[in-house]
Amino acid sequence: MAAAAITGASGFGNWARCAAQQALTQDRLLEFETFGNVSLIHVTDIHGQLKPIYFREPSVNIGTGSNRGAVPHITGADFRRFYGIKDGSPGHYALSAGDFSAMAQAYGRVGGLDRVATVIRAIRADRPDALLLDGGDTWHGSYTTWKTRAQDIVNVMNMLAPDAMTFHWEFTLGSARVAELVEQLPFAALGQNIFDAEWDEPTDIFLPYQVFERGGTKIAVIGQAFPYMPIANPGWMFPEFSFGIRDENMAALVGEVRAGGAECVVVLSHNGFNVDKKMAGLVPGIDVILSGHTHDALPEPVVVGSTIILPSGSNGKFVSRIDLDIRNGRMMGYRTKLIPIFSDVITPDAEVAAMIAAERSPYLKEMTEVIGQTDSLLYRRGTFNGPWDDLICAALLSERDAEIALSPGVRWGPSLLPGQNITREDIFSVTSMTYGEVYRTEFKGAFLKTVLEDVADNIFNPDPYYQQGGDMVRTGGLGYRIDVSKPQGQRISNMTLLKTGEMIDPDRTYIVAGWASVNEGTEGPQIWDVVESHIRKAGIVTVEENNSVDIAGI
Amino acid sequence: MELTRRKVLALGTGTLAFAGFPALARLADGVIADITGGAELREGGISLSAPEIAENGNTVPVRVDAPGAVAITLLADGNPVPNVATFRFGPMSASRGASTRIRLAKTQNVLALAEMEDGSFRMTKAEVKVTIGGCGG
Repeated sequence: MAAAAITGASGFGNWARCAAQQALTQDRLLEFETFGNVSLIHVTDIHGQLKPIYFREPSVNIGTGSNRGAVPHITGADFRRFYGIKDGSPGHYALSAGDFSAMAQAYGRVGGLDRVATVIRAIRADRPDALLLDGGDTWHGSYTTWKTRAQDIVNVMNMLAPDAMTFHWEFTLGSARVAELVEQLPFAALGQNIFDAEWDEPTDIFLPYQVFERGGTKIAVIGQAFPYMPIANPGWMFPEFSFGIRDENMAALVGEVRAGGAECVVVLSHNGFNVDKKMAGLVPGIDVILSGHTHDALPEPVVVGSTIILPSGSNGKFVSRIDLDIRNGRMMGYRTKLIPIFSDVITPDAEVAAMIAAERSPYLKEMTEVIGQTDSLLYRRGTFNGPWDDLICAALLSERDAEIALSPGVRWGPSLLPGQNITREDIFSVTSMTYGEVYRTEFKGAFLKTVLEDVADNIFNPDPYYQQGGDMVRTGGLGYRIDVSKPQGQRISNMTLLKTGEMIDPDRTYIVAGWASVNEGTEGPQIWDVVESHIRKAGIVTVEENNSVDIAGI
Repeated sequence: MELTRRKVLALGTGTLAFAGFPALARLADGVIADITGGAELREGGISLSAPEIAENGNTVPVRVDAPGAVAITLLADGNPVPNVATFRFGPMSASRGASTRIRLAKTQNVLALAEMEDGSFRMTKAEVKVTIGGCGG
């Protein structure tokens, strides 16, 4: 099928215009002219966020190679111009950075699974047999997911009745707990690239795909879990499993489901956006890739050949609706809408709201305790730094008496506005994990450079298949220059110990504190306790602008 | 692209500049020259499956297939000793392929070189990254 044969439309422009007329209502947000014969609903990367939050999108998101300057690697005003989004509009607030604190006052919090439930119910009222697909990174990232080992979010998600799910951070619960939770699921746990590590063959727990018959149409949903699990996360927590992209197996499965009569092939992916784009170009026959992992939110799908790719954001901020016209085994057209979950506009679903309250109530007192206050906007996203991570690095340096701090370049975690209280829950929402121990150790200067070069290549390698899809490791007490266009080993220079202004000596030993080590047996206090102690001492925290990374080659 | 000996050497030099293991990459070139006697290397007819990023550099699963091969040699151009294995096939061999696990010292190319029944040589390669690891999204 030629790409030109597909007709596409995105409902995004409509609501942007409506909102400019001060008419941001639930009906307008949900407005959608039902199209074709199949509907998909996509949520992804919720990271345990049951309640509405603030979430600021990045203003720095560097792409390399063929993705340099391509979506999602354009931000702020450039992003708004690219999609024709008016400054000051709800689309500006939901999808791009800039004026965030002021706009947050006007538009309020986003997300909340009770609001997500309302949107899903409305879509199902329109199209009762719509498929709800969860892209993973769901069972992780909050105070209550930590305390309940993700039982809270599993219980709430099951109320939304997904049809299938794929996985990433879920595995950091450990293989035994993952297996236990997967057994509770009343829907398919998918991952064509989840293999038994010993025999390098598919597992009994995770299916590669499931075929659904909806509206008289056979739809195959193939799961694609995060490919780099044992490298980016602690492999010792799930040694029974092996992952990888395995696009040859993907191609074989697309052939298998097509031969079995599937008229529409959907990949529920946790590859990350750039990896999905490359895979779409290499594996023919996929109609739709529902893209997760890199937390991008795009108002229109990106088309590669005859495949449409839709990334649906993170932290419960968006729900995507995708209507497809499938005829004679071909996708003849699509209509999509990335629905932002404005929590003040969308009425919460009462049953799901009650369930969320019940899951939180045993922990409510301890999690809502106010630890301090912030004077600054705290957010995480950014290729090299964000104020939340600057604050975490400051905590690591002072609480652990270190010269240099290292903090992982993860993309989850809500934002806090200037003047907001910082609760224990807020700290957990940017630190919660099963390997949060803070190490304090000695690194030679030369090894520090090796670490930075290694992580940089996982982010800036021009070939997406060698990108793991996070952001650069955050550094405290250490400045450096990076040329992202150079090969591994040549990107990092001018490493400077900020305290003294001296260049890092390759042969000298430095005291380094960090967290989220993938090594087994890491010892130290939990990161949330370290950050809490730091904030409590400060009372009110202020984060200055961070200019310690000098960026070149973009 | 026809992979001539000169181009293979050029590739080797590129690898050397990139990865910084000049002596090791040259070692692999030497082994290839010993096997082929300098004969032309062609692409196609041989497939090598290896992970883009090794989950564990000490045991990296690879699979190679070359229908019509009498011998397939696996090389790791960044290991101190590049020879990994040579698989030989007789006329009765049902398939001309093999799976094994290999140890990789660091990020490098895995090369697969097949000698075909007609005496020609086929080669393919896959870059496998061995990394300390980063942090996911």
